[in-house]
Amino acid sequence: MALDKNGIAKRIALELQNNTYVNLGIGIPTLVANHVPKGINVEFQSENGVLGMGPFPFKGEEDPDLINAGKQTITTLPGAVLFDSALSFSMIRGNHIQLSVLGAMEVAENGDIANWKIPGKMVKGMGGAMDLVASSENIIVAMTHTNRAGKSKLLKSCTLPITGVSCVKKIVTDLAVIQITEQGFKLLERAPGVSVEEIISATEADIIVSGEIPIMDF
Amino acid sequence: MIDKRVNNIIEAVAGVKSGMTFMFGGFGLSGIPENAIAELSKREINNLTCISNNAGVDDFGLGLLLQRKQIKKMISSYVGENAEFERQMLSGELEVELIPQGTLAERCRAGGAGIPAFFTPAGYGTEVQKEKEVREFNGKKHILEKALTADFSFVKAWKGDTAGNLIYKGTARNFNPLMAMAGKITVAEVEELVPEGQLDPNQIHTPGIFVQRIIQGNAYEKRIENITIRKKE
Repeated sequence: MALDKNGIAKRIALELQNNTYVNLGIGIPTLVANHVPKGINVEFQSENGVLGMGPFPFKGEEDPDLINAGKQTITTLPGAVLFDSALSFSMIRGNHIQLSVLGAMEVAENGDIANWKIPGKMVKGMGGAMDLVASSENIIVAMTHTNRAGKSKLLKSCTLPITGVSCVKKIVTDLAVIQITEQGFKLLERAPGVSVEEIISATEADIIVSGEIPIMDF
Repeated sequence: MIDKRVNNIIEAVAGVKSGMTFMFGGFGLSGIPENAIAELSKREINNLTCISNNAGVDDFGLGLLLQRKQIKKMISSYVGENAEFERQMLSGELEVELIPQGTLAERCRAGGAGIPAFFTPAGYGTEVQKEKEVREFNGKKHILEKALTADFSFVKAWKGDTAGNLIYKGTARNFNPLMAMAGKITVAEVEELVPEGQLDPNQIHTPGIFVQRIIQGNAYEKRIENITIRKKE
């Protein structure tokens, strides 16, 4: 069975390292905050100017002056700090954030990512994604393996305008965990009930499969 | 101290003309200068170049200026929340320059700080790089980005004093302090305007030197785009 959005987020949460700063993108990445494993301490940064982001507020406690990058109402945790956009991107560009989790429309086998524009159809803009992918040491993409038309989002090379060059390190989809290596995509894990053959046939690019591929354990 | 107060919003925006470049603080609808936008949307001015991270929603924020087709060009990083914007852009009525958010913030900061241009890794190898100088530093490719300034910067703060010193609240700070620095005339609107001496100098985010006019705004709506709550356990 392919994972749902929460399943993808839960698997990515296993990548969180103790005592690190993490930036979560809009969409599936935001859900990662709900699944931080016990004993792991992370501080979430939001590009619009907060470090130490807490959970969503209770009803009636929403503050229009406290939102995340997705414009959702949030809270802050003890020790949180607020700052302007230039300082926020100094943290991001200056490589002070250890992990960035983003959504994507396409990822290429060399680590290129496309997630900001479909020419002639959809132009929402890159927001902070280009700054994030240009500098983050560790970038994990959270996305479905195929798009709504059933086409692979893991490609030999991106067809859409790219957001960044050779930057993605790992991809977690509803079907698999895939690492980007110098030789291309390498299959690390498969979702419960999903076979290696299914993953290969859902992927346009080649995938390196070596030995037994374990089932995601979470 | 130099008194930066003006009497009303009409005086606050005095001198705005068609064809000018304006900056607007805010991220989404958080921390936008509501009073200035409302006043500008009543004026017969157009062909504006507007620099703002987002473009408001259809019926609020910069959406009000878009509705009246006052904007010729928009410089932003993310415009996904406004259907009228998307329509004007895809039909070619509206010129749009999309730039990475960190680059936008830094270009405004640089504009106010006397730095004419800088190199950043963001956008290298993408459409953003087009026609820009590329240079390698420490083994990594960077592109040259130029500073931004504006004829008017419209910013919003939580508290301000008559000398133009500003304090922001929460994530409503965002682009406001940077754009405050980059305006030839910076108009600050605040929720609470106090006499000089009432703000702790240690706590001020934007020094009054960057602000030419200050006014206490009226009837802030402070609309929330995406109310998200959790359930009580």
